[in-house]
Amino acid sequence: MILAAALFCIGLFGVLSRKNAIAILLGIELMLNAVNINLVAFWRYLDPSRMAGQVFAIIVFATAAAEVAVGLALIISVYRRRSTILADEIDLMKW
Amino acid sequence: MTPDQIIFLISAVLILVSALMVVITHNLVHAALWLVAALFGVAVLFAILNASFLAVVQVVVYIGAIAVLFVFAVMLTRKELRDRGTQTRANWWIPALLGVLILAGLAYLILGQPDVSRTAPAIPAGVDTLRALGTALVSPDGYALPFEAASVLLLAALVGAVYVAVGRRS
Repeated sequence: MILAAALFCIGLFGVLSRKNAIAILLGIELMLNAVNINLVAFWRYLDPSRMAGQVFAIIVFATAAAEVAVGLALIISVYRRRSTILADEIDLMKW
Repeated sequence: MTPDQIIFLISAVLILVSALMVVITHNLVHAALWLVAALFGVAVLFAILNASFLAVVQVVVYIGAIAVLFVFAVMLTRKELRDRGTQTRANWWIPALLGVLILAGLAYLILGQPDVSRTAPAIPAGVDTLRALGTALVSPDGYALPFEAASVLLLAALVGAVYVAVGRRS
């Protein structure tokens, strides 16, 4: 569990401190993996005969895959329009 | 130390070192490859925890599809990726401090729980977790509904991604 917490915090640091939008997505992936580790560990240690833990982890998988696909498509589309993927320079919607 | 614990420690070190390299390295292609190493470590962890289906799915889906997607996206947005210039924001020490604080808080909470380092209970004999998982995923009074909902979600993501990525030319 501490491993999962450490992984989550590393991902969080990556998300908050990187300029490149793809690098931010990489950090998000690390966080999702940390959550999955926790889920599977809980499933195994508490009640391996019920399937709820593994099913939850599989749903998290599917969600992560979906979100990565859409996120990368968005980034590529933004890149085509604005020729930049540094999060600081994508500021049309700011004040 | 049981072999399980040794393997756990090795894969834990692999995961943490790779994750750290993912968020620190300047070269984005390297970051994607370090992510592959971290995901592989997580798959090893799943295999130790007897979640065999999840371990295989992790390798096939996460590494085989998502990490590959990342490498594609990195290649397609190459102009901004030249490795000069900083890759982390100027005030990177704030998220680092935040990360360390949150980790310390979580570790404190986790270690304060009773029963925190016991070994895993044996899987009751005769329970085939893989078959039970398969049955649970498709049986109507199991988890068939979340299963179908997840496939609808994936369909929506697929359509959305294609539309967003192709939109200008059609």
